[in-house]
Amino acid sequence: MSLLQVNRVNHSYNSKRFFKWKDQMNKALSDISFSIEEGKCVGLLGTSGAGKSTLGKVILGIQRPQQGQILFQGHDIYNADKRTRQMLRRDLQVVFQDSYSAVNPRMTAERIISEPLENYEKLTVGERRKTVISLLERVDLSEKDLKKYPHQFSGGQLQRINIARAISLKPKLIVLDESVSSVDMVTQSLILDLLKGLKEDFGLSYLFITHDIKAAFSISDTIGVLEKGELIQMYDSKDQFFSSKHPVVMQMKDSILAEHPRFRSIFN
Amino acid sequence: MIAKIRSILKSEKVIVLCSVILCVLLFIAIFAPWLVPNDPTFVNLAVKLQSPSLDYPLGTDHLGRCTFSRILYGARISLGFAILIFISSLSIGLIVGIIAGYRGGWVDQLLMRFGDGVMAFPNLLLVLGLVGIWGAGLKQVILALIFVQWVYYARVIRGMVLSLKEQNYITAARISGSSQWTIMKKHVIPNVLPPLAVMGTLEMGWAIMDLSSMSFLGLGVQPPTPEWGAMIHEGKSYIRTNPELMLYPGLMIMLVVITFNLLGEALSERFGIKRR
Repeated sequence: MSLLQVNRVNHSYNSKRFFKWKDQMNKALSDISFSIEEGKCVGLLGTSGAGKSTLGKVILGIQRPQQGQILFQGHDIYNADKRTRQMLRRDLQVVFQDSYSAVNPRMTAERIISEPLENYEKLTVGERRKTVISLLERVDLSEKDLKKYPHQFSGGQLQRINIARAISLKPKLIVLDESVSSVDMVTQSLILDLLKGLKEDFGLSYLFITHDIKAAFSISDTIGVLEKGELIQMYDSKDQFFSSKHPVVMQMKDSILAEHPRFRSIFN
Repeated sequence: MIAKIRSILKSEKVIVLCSVILCVLLFIAIFAPWLVPNDPTFVNLAVKLQSPSLDYPLGTDHLGRCTFSRILYGARISLGFAILIFISSLSIGLIVGIIAGYRGGWVDQLLMRFGDGVMAFPNLLLVLGLVGIWGAGLKQVILALIFVQWVYYARVIRGMVLSLKEQNYITAARISGSSQWTIMKKHVIPNVLPPLAVMGTLEMGWAIMDLSSMSFLGLGVQPPTPEWGAMIHEGKSYIRTNPELMLYPGLMIMLVVITFNLLGEALSERFGIKRR
């Protein structure tokens, strides 16, 4: 059984118009099916507006799709009873793109990271602090950062705090919604390394949503290409992706900048 | 430390000055019974309409009561009830605004349309109407003022909650398994309170004005209770012979309202918060 199974999910946004009789439907996802195995990372590549973030929300259980089902560990997350849902929530976490808006500006790093722990684990204050410190150290921050507020961190550090919060309950699947897209190249590769390490240590699975082809390939085992709400193809390896003749994939390949202008047409 | 305080004093002159004035007034309001030279309600017609003297620092009114003592006691009523109105309407506005903003849908529509209905009338007119229905008296005036004031808080809070709701940390909290109540307590309320304090400062001036106007019209505080608006009302028959009977309470109202308004303006400028 797969960890996560997405079965024929359809979703469209309804834009209500005051002076129009018919509501306009914007199809965000059409008939999407794929699955994520335990310990694997699935990358989702797509241009802006391809429906990547909608799919992320649907999988996270915060946007009920109009059709189709999401099976997480064999349970349908939108039709499970409250207790099962609460249990499933625990194993499903998220790291957002914009690290600043993903943390409450009035909370210290300690309170941010301990929020999931407070909801699920009965820990004393001392135990909780110990857990938070070990989490901070795991994401290459230190005990000194415990009492700092979000504005005292850099974007990369804040993203590490978000990661620490996501792994605090030792979840099974983490949705990385453009998690490394808003930081510089060096920080990006450091965070990708961190994510790879965490995947090995905890046996995590990732759903890596991105528009960055290089980042996607450096971490994913399988890559899906999303275009206008449709899942065009799943590619198991880099070679498969680069030898694909699908027009969308061709366009994506063209957009990759060569290391030097001299190698401009390296992929064609 | 001292240098830091000095730099704050220098850069925030208006805020510091206004806060000092308000602290003094608050002190007067709290300790009025120990500060007054005479009983503010003691009638002694033998000394009516006297000029300032050692016994009566600001003279006496038409019933021989000490004006100075009455002014000090008036601070008690005006400030005390203004704070009561502020806190009550803020609490109601907070609850309604959060429910409307967070739940959305028909609940939001219902609450906000009701609010629009209240706002459609000029404040003072609505208060007059309500007091007309319920009858004159301090309790009724305060209820009526709360009834017209909470709407402004509710509207502002709803707007803030709507924009907060879109923040990723609220989504992240939901995914972390936080309940609605925890999200409110931890993420929503702490983020809406500071701008509200600023807004409240501005509204406080209005509350005092409205309360005094009602008393001036004879609808709010009833004699012989000392209240600034009521004092102006009582003094108006003597405007030709003893204009100071109206002047002193009038100046006090002006001082308090201007102070609250300046403080509110300065604070909202300092923290970049929009009014109403």
